[in-house]
Amino acid sequence: MPFDLSTLLNVLISGLMTGLVYGLMALGLSVIFGVARVVNFAHGEMMALAMYAAALLFSTIRVNPFIAVVPIGAAFFFFGYALQRLVLRPFIVRPQHSQFLLLLALAVVITSALLIVFGPDARAVNLDWLLEPIILGEVLLDQAKLYAAVVACAVAAALFAFFYFSQTGIAIRACADNLLGAKIIGLNVDRLYAITFAIGASCVGIAGCMMILLVDVTPTSGPAYTLLAFVIVIIGGLGSMSGALVGGVLIGISEALGGLFIAPSAKSMISFALMIMVLIFRPRGLIPEKL
Amino acid sequence: MNRRATVLLLGLFGLLVALPFWASPYVVSVATLFLLFAYTGQAWNIMMGFAGLLSLGHALFLGVGAYTAAALYYHFNIGPWLGLWVALALCSSLAAALAGLAFRYRVSGVYFALLTIGCAEFARIGFDHFMWVGGSGGLFLKVVERERMDLLNLRGPPAMFYYVILFLAGAALVLSKLLLRSRAGYYWQAIRESEDAAAALGVNTFRWKMLAVTISGAMTGLAGMFSAFYYSNLFPEQLFHISRSIEIILGPIIGGIGTLFGPIIGAALLTLLADGATELVAAVGWDVPGVKQLLYGIMLFLIVAFLPHGVWPALARKLKLPQ
Repeated sequence: MPFDLSTLLNVLISGLMTGLVYGLMALGLSVIFGVARVVNFAHGEMMALAMYAAALLFSTIRVNPFIAVVPIGAAFFFFGYALQRLVLRPFIVRPQHSQFLLLLALAVVITSALLIVFGPDARAVNLDWLLEPIILGEVLLDQAKLYAAVVACAVAAALFAFFYFSQTGIAIRACADNLLGAKIIGLNVDRLYAITFAIGASCVGIAGCMMILLVDVTPTSGPAYTLLAFVIVIIGGLGSMSGALVGGVLIGISEALGGLFIAPSAKSMISFALMIMVLIFRPRGLIPEKL
Repeated sequence: MNRRATVLLLGLFGLLVALPFWASPYVVSVATLFLLFAYTGQAWNIMMGFAGLLSLGHALFLGVGAYTAAALYYHFNIGPWLGLWVALALCSSLAAALAGLAFRYRVSGVYFALLTIGCAEFARIGFDHFMWVGGSGGLFLKVVERERMDLLNLRGPPAMFYYVILFLAGAALVLSKLLLRSRAGYYWQAIRESEDAAAALGVNTFRWKMLAVTISGAMTGLAGMFSAFYYSNLFPEQLFHISRSIEIILGPIIGGIGTLFGPIIGAALLTLLADGATELVAAVGWDVPGVKQLLYGIMLFLIVAFLPHGVWPALARKLKLPQ
């Protein structure tokens, strides 16, 4: 296989940048599980929905995805809030598989609705001004990936700030830490759960806007993203925020390297192998849950 | 079981046995699908319903069973009834290895479920690149004349497949009933309700959980062999895909987890639902791809939201039958 050090470096950096966007998507899943203990099996479908929304805004009214982040992020916030408040709330006390099945049904509904509305063809967003790579010595930086990674980092930083410095954020962490205690001191747990779900959904919305700049989307992209998000979150630690980012980067890099050394179609095999190993030897993930 | 229930069950069984004699080929093919889901649902129910171990990756056993039997037939001309034992051995050792590894390292709950998905997906991508059995291009078994019945090689008319799967589904029901009333069954139920309490009473939870996974995996492998010979073509994207795992678990969840008849009722409902959705779409004339799945998703949503324990317990109460 012909490769040299600069190819390797380029692949690593490209993987790192994609990985940060993956990380943002997984962050949403991790936050939802960490607090509300809901295993969101419709996560990838929500991602696909956001990608379609961004593609639609671009193709109809020429809003580029960096701006579309705001309306889509907000729309997903309300969507997540309503979903938790109206649909999932009674399911908190039911067995886990029943919750899982409900979200699965939602996933089927989203996927088929996308298929009905947009048809089976792939959609993409290509911005002309992003095509020229930035050249730093031997490293070629893909502009789309770079800015997507920057947005992902900024959103993640904002989330950390929210969870550690705002009243609501601290209250949400209290619910995750000790639900009974949180209820006793009078926190409105239902509302906090809904806000958490909204934040998680909003993360996916923003990640979707960024992802549409990197790959195209079809109605059936959803399940693959759900699996990807779970792989990342398991590797990082279910419920752990920094774990999701680290896991995202790790998977981004491992996919890039797998594509280089083995075959692009076999790249996710490495991710699944990593996940199986982490589950067996470190079931709580590399950076165990601490929200 | 009371007398009413016995009569009803025998009547239903008689109806199914007589089905190919009066029903159209289409109905027989739908019924075959129903029985296949009833069978795999019962296999999965042994793990989740009896022992409380949630597997979301049963496609793994389906795929391995299918590919083993098909590859032996394709490459070495070894018939399915011989290849079956190899498939069973492979699936049960795979299940035992997976369970052993998981329980040895105390992987449980959601984590165990995700481990099963991970293994199935790993196998799917692996088989995509496993050229000896055709890779992602698929493996095709010779299709011979549909009229000649060759039970030895499991080649023949659809009705033959119908009776094979009817027998398997019936056998699975008997096995489930025996298991549920055996020592293992009581231990499993104890583990399902509270693993710590069971362990404290001296139940070797590791061993009994292993047994549940092994039996369930081997049974699902048998379904794999059946579908390999029924459909005559195998693709990793279909056999190992997560949607296959989900299809397997939908029946028992809708019918009622942990009950004997739940998986069967659930499979019947699902087949009717899918079929009904097709008919409805055709009748309304709104034949856009995706509409059928949308209806399916909405119906699933409603069933899960309003009948959380499944259809069978509610139905059994209505019909005054023992659960």
